Amino acid sequence: MSRLVIETRGLTKRFGAHVAVDDVDLHVAEGDRYGFLGPNGSGKTTMVRMLLGLVYATRGEITVLGRPVPAKVAEVLPEIGAMVEGPAAYPHLSGRANLALLDASGPRRSRDGRRRRDRVEEVLERVGLGAVDRRPVRAYSLGMRQRLGLAGALLNRPRLLVLDEPTNGLDPHGIREVRDLLGDLNAGGTTVFLSSHLLAEIEALCTTVGVVDRGRLVLEDDLDAVRGPTGRLVVRTPDPDAAARVLGRAVAERYDHTLVVDGAPGGPPALARHLVEHGVPLDGLVEQRRSLEDVVVDLTGPGSDTKRSREHADRRAGGFDADTARARRNGARP
Amino acid sequence: MIRVELLKLVRRPRTWVAVGLLCLLPAIVAVFLATTRISPPPGQGAAFLSAVLQSGSLYPAAALALVLPIFLPVAVAVVAGDSVAGESSQGTLRYLLVRPVRRTSLLLAKLVAVVVFVVGTVLAVAGTSYVVGVSLFGAGDPVAVVQALPEVTGGDDAVAGTGPSGGGQPQQQPAAGGQVGGQGAAGAPAARPGADTGDTTAADDQAARERAQSSVSSLSGDALGPADLAARMLGAMVYVTVSMLGVAAIALFLSTVTTSSLGATLGALAALITSQVLVSLDAASSVTPYLPTRYWLAWIDFFRDPIFLRDITAGLWLQAGYVVVLMLAAWANFATKDVTS
Repeated sequence: MSRLVIETRGLTKRFGAHVAVDDVDLHVAEGDRYGFLGPNGSGKTTMVRMLLGLVYATRGEITVLGRPVPAKVAEVLPEIGAMVEGPAAYPHLSGRANLALLDASGPRRSRDGRRRRDRVEEVLERVGLGAVDRRPVRAYSLGMRQRLGLAGALLNRPRLLVLDEPTNGLDPHGIREVRDLLGDLNAGGTTVFLSSHLLAEIEALCTTVGVVDRGRLVLEDDLDAVRGPTGRLVVRTPDPDAAARVLGRAVAERYDHTLVVDGAPGGPPALARHLVEHGVPLDGLVEQRRSLEDVVVDLTGPGSDTKRSREHADRRAGGFDADTARARRNGARP
Repeated sequence: MIRVELLKLVRRPRTWVAVGLLCLLPAIVAVFLATTRISPPPGQGAAFLSAVLQSGSLYPAAALALVLPIFLPVAVAVVAGDSVAGESSQGTLRYLLVRPVRRTSLLLAKLVAVVVFVVGTVLAVAGTSYVVGVSLFGAGDPVAVVQALPEVTGGDDAVAGTGPSGGGQPQQQPAAGGQVGGQGAAGAPAARPGADTGDTTAADDQAARERAQSSVSSLSGDALGPADLAARMLGAMVYVTVSMLGVAAIALFLSTVTTSSLGATLGALAALITSQVLVSLDAASSVTPYLPTRYWLAWIDFFRDPIFLRDITAGLWLQAGYVVVLMLAAWANFATKDVTS
């Protein structure tokens, strides 16, 4: 498999008595679209800040693009585009002026043959702000600010994009655009590391998912593996009673016109033939897959900011833990 | 990075509002003086105000005396206090750092921008007040300079006198009661031999004062040439600038500690006010020589003949010390700090 662009070992960050990130081993491979998923307050942003050298780890090692962070972070950052915890800009300046200032702040190395104005126009175009006028950022909508933040992250044509909640504040149309943009960039070889508390976003965009809960990485795996088949089949039929008669004790669950069938040898084709032969009309028949939502709800507490999270932690003690996740992950990517 | 910081400074409307207000205060005072022709008696109110009616070309000095105690330090503390904390609370700090901008160079660029602001502001105040002064009072003959000056001890008292009371109210004081031997306002006792400094012996002090006094009396008739005056003015401006760098260093350091620019600004001002209070307190004389505002008014000594260098030199060293120590502290703090804003 391809090499890792982000790797952490035993990464821990303590703020006073509060452990924000707890012994995290993260593996992001080159070319991945990695979704870093977790409820609010679970340590996602702290993690991202440590990867970028903004926050210093209490313990553990970080390697980004093959170099140690924070020791060599100045060599790494020119190849990274980042958006951390929402966009930020000087409110009294226009979007263009903001990008120009940001561009000028960067290292001289970023002279790549293009003039600054061209670089700025190019990224504005990419994020759909090409036609933006001279209004100050103060007058921008949240969606426009978000796009501007994304534009800033793209200025240096990064190899690795680290984005914290990039679709926050965007309308459905904008979310689709950003998703397409990230897909395009990824197809062009950019690794995308995206943190979010929105399952759907990660499900729609990512190939790999890491689930974090109260600072611990509780799952890291390919999305397809996470959403693997459960071994059950889902039957939809206009005549559920007939189907239930035919299938007998194989029906594990039944809701209205839907039956979940357990232990059907031969998979969907065999079951379909069996039902049709017994005169049961079929609307549909598919393998049951775990949804990412099921997996995540199963693994994580209800937002670690809330009081219930501790009870939840007690309840699921002894359940799925990070070691199992790590083992699976490492098996998948030697 | 320095260029970027300067760009940010000049594109910020607040910068120009601050400079504008600083230029406005002396202009307002000048208008009152010019329309009423009532000047404060020599040695009272802000330094030089009593002299400007005879010579408008002295007005820049009077203007510096007006803005130095409060307005200028406030403006400097606002700009310097906002420099890092403002980026921090705005969220732009994290984007600068991941660009990447090295933390040390960011801090240096901020310092340079603040220095440029101070220099620019002092120049603007001096420039506008020269124009205002000459046009309202005429170029005149700056002969009255030295007569208008408080004595050396008076200079110290003027720190307290012009500080909290908002320097230079050009109103009439009761002529008999208010003027004790032409000393500073604020009721500082004229008889305070050797009490103003802790670092020199009383004998040194006495000698210095006598020197200064004799120079006062010997010069009463001589006029300063325009070139001489300009050179002294320049020296005074440089000295005021350096004095403000101490303020800037305090605010900049606090700015790396907190994410609230208001907190950093107010912290720096609190330090200055504390210093002002202690400077005027005899009981605190053991620490007085090390307080940041102790030698603030020594720029007046540029207008004595000969220029009285003792306090000027001490002031320069003191400010240099503050700048070096606080900038090192700011660097140590900023370079190792978690940026969580």
